[in-house]
Amino acid sequence: MSGQLYDLVIVGGGPAGLAAAIYGARSKLSTILIEKGKPGGQAATTQDMENYPGFSAGTTGPQLMQAFTEHARSFGAEIRRGEVVEIDPGRMTVTTKAGETYAGRAIILAPGAQPRTLGVKGELALRGKGVSYCATCDADFFTDLDVVVVGNGDAAIEEANYLTRFAAKVTIVVIHDEGVLDAAPMLQERALKNPRIEWLWKSVVEEISGDGIVERVIVKNLKTGELTTLSTNGVFIYVGTVPQTGFLKGLVEVDERGYIITNDQMETSAAGIFAAGDARSKYLRQVITAAADGAIAAVAAEKYIFEEEGFRSSVLEEVRPVAVVFWTPMNQECIERISGIERAAGAFPEFKLWKVDTYRNQRVARRYGVTELPTVLVFINGEIVLRLAGSQVQEEVLQEKLAEIAKGVST
Amino acid sequence: MIEVHKDNFNSEVLEADGLVLVDFWGPKCENCLALMPEIEGLAAKYGDRVKFCKLDTTGNRRLAISQKVLGLPTISFYRKGDKVAELTQDEVTPEAVEAKITELM
Repeated sequence: MSGQLYDLVIVGGGPAGLAAAIYGARSKLSTILIEKGKPGGQAATTQDMENYPGFSAGTTGPQLMQAFTEHARSFGAEIRRGEVVEIDPGRMTVTTKAGETYAGRAIILAPGAQPRTLGVKGELALRGKGVSYCATCDADFFTDLDVVVVGNGDAAIEEANYLTRFAAKVTIVVIHDEGVLDAAPMLQERALKNPRIEWLWKSVVEEISGDGIVERVIVKNLKTGELTTLSTNGVFIYVGTVPQTGFLKGLVEVDERGYIITNDQMETSAAGIFAAGDARSKYLRQVITAAADGAIAAVAAEKYIFEEEGFRSSVLEEVRPVAVVFWTPMNQECIERISGIERAAGAFPEFKLWKVDTYRNQRVARRYGVTELPTVLVFINGEIVLRLAGSQVQEEVLQEKLAEIAKGVST
Repeated sequence: MIEVHKDNFNSEVLEADGLVLVDFWGPKCENCLALMPEIEGLAAKYGDRVKFCKLDTTGNRRLAISQKVLGLPTISFYRKGDKVAELTQDEVTPEAVEAKITELM
């Protein structure tokens, strides 16, 4: 519901967002996912899904994404239609084009990517008129007709193979020298053996034209500079993708191509905001890596909510002074000294003692610049009034300092 | 919404009085399926002033191509047998369709 506070607000309903919703909702986080179209993202626009583990034969992109969606709903995730246009990192709210606002304790950005346009004359005007970026959506139209595919990566070659089930002839325009393709070897092999596929090597499409619908393309041979006009009914363009991160307007750090930069925990540069899937700067963009990102982001977000809320309510909003001990049972030195610290603090009932295990909660330690273990910070009304680090943390020293603070507080 | 196909397209769309909206869709087009309930909502709202039709392009491929529709989703507006406006693929959002309806009405 608009205006409601959720634990987790997920922006985008592709495999990354849906996996995050599954993990979030299953962990009993109140979870809402906002998607501008039908859930499934780019994965729902690819028919053949041959490399998602567990489905060696026979699932399709739309089927798999339908299963992801049902799975997320089965744990209670709410899925809403809407296009997110603004995120307020201070209030932690997400606003849609229709004006609905959702607040989250944590936000996961999974806006995905979309096909890159070729940028040639006629491309924009003839979109939906024979120029297409989605063979699954539009292949039917080209039954017994001729189409051109531009590109030579996995998507281009896979979709060209798919199109041969419909079209009479598929001509692939490849920018590289003869025989050189960027697609995976298995896809290449299949395409090169396909009798319905023809190849135009070392070539690019210069222009797409026709009277209201696609009728021809002009192809330039890069070796000879020669221009050839080729009659065709459709042009399918697969020349990479661009991240859909424009709406973020500097909210989080992105790389030079606009992909969101995160660490291994999917944390972005903004506190409480995580990112997952194709919109992230990463090595491999596949359904499986998107889903993995989503799972990591949801678990990291859950931890973030727990740690931040715990620290806020137990330390920052506490009325008594709080002695916070940063330590970890993984460190022998800490184990030896923790009981001394506990004794020192125990002597002052006006103090609350709060322990932070830095092995499990690195975020809070990082924020307060804790580099040595153990470290003791004393907070009064959310402000640090004492810092003892490493070798300074001795039972007697601590007792003395706490006594001073106690005296100051009582006067 | 009226289901139109090759046998009734002329009578229901081209020969109709007033403004006609045709939602070209297909069962494999995920965006079309997502859009359909929104268009049905608009049909409930504007149905007394605009005729709402939907056309499943599977089985009506030639008809769709004759209307220069080669991509989904496409929402076309007809008046007196002429196509007066069209929204296609990325342009097709519920907000854009509603804006176009109020503009043409």
